[in-house]
Amino acid sequence: MVVHTISDEQVDLLFHALADATRRDIVRRAIDGEHSVSELATGYAMSFAAVQKHVAVLERAGLVTKTRRGRERLVRTDIATINHASRLLDQFEELWRVRANTMSEILAQDPGEVT
Amino acid sequence: MTVTAIHKDPDNLTMEFTAEFDASPERVWQLWEDPRLFEKWWGPPEYPATVVDHDFTPGGRVSYYMTGPEGEKYPGWSQIVALDPPRSLEFTDGFLDDDGNEIDGMPSMTSRVEIADIGKGTRMVITTTFPSLEAMEQLIAMGAEEGMKGALSQVDALLAETAG
Repeated sequence: MVVHTISDEQVDLLFHALADATRRDIVRRAIDGEHSVSELATGYAMSFAAVQKHVAVLERAGLVTKTRRGRERLVRTDIATINHASRLLDQFEELWRVRANTMSEILAQDPGEVT
Repeated sequence: MTVTAIHKDPDNLTMEFTAEFDASPERVWQLWEDPRLFEKWWGPPEYPATVVDHDFTPGGRVSYYMTGPEGEKYPGWSQIVALDPPRSLEFTDGFLDDDGNEIDGMPSMTSRVEIADIGKGTRMVITTTFPSLEAMEQLIAMGAEEGMKGALSQVDALLAETAG
């Protein structure tokens, strides 16, 4: 189990980086690490420079890294930062805790609707 | 409602989640079967689901989208593998692109729901299995995007680790 130690400043960077839909989408698309910035840029209605800026924000937050392959610079989501099987399952657990809680509230709201 | 057991098995990419409700099995089943009720709990709190197609039969498909606070839409689907009302349900589910089409290479996860009468209430056990670690990363990252919930709980987890 990798224990991450991060500063408040890094937390701010992480929150800021994930607060934008395009950047969250880039994180998702870069999981396989097979796309360059220009390839990623084709997916959005914005300039290459704008996408490059988004990637830079993600890079500062430690969410993606860039690696060189030939002439290309490939963007890869940093697995060490955003995953780990157990941490993913923790998130999934949290989702189900919220769902089960909501289910319970619904059941309490209109009791006896079904016999 | 009490969450009575959670078994997470990172090696086998599986989670078993058990909760008990103060209601009959039929009413718990209805939360899954009735699209209007399903819409109320499937999405994270700020991301309500709207069911588009609802074929709740073996081999049938339920498609839906979740709507975020800024109106952004996140489409998803569930394919019913097997059902035995009000006792068990098995389904696969995953995400779609913004136009509601399948995403090439986008994995799905399989869940089995078992609902049992335990006398003074109902026990619901959900067992979800992910096909690979990579699939799990993708699916849960998508889930995080839906609600930022995963991302936020991840930050919480990081904070909890650094607090000590």
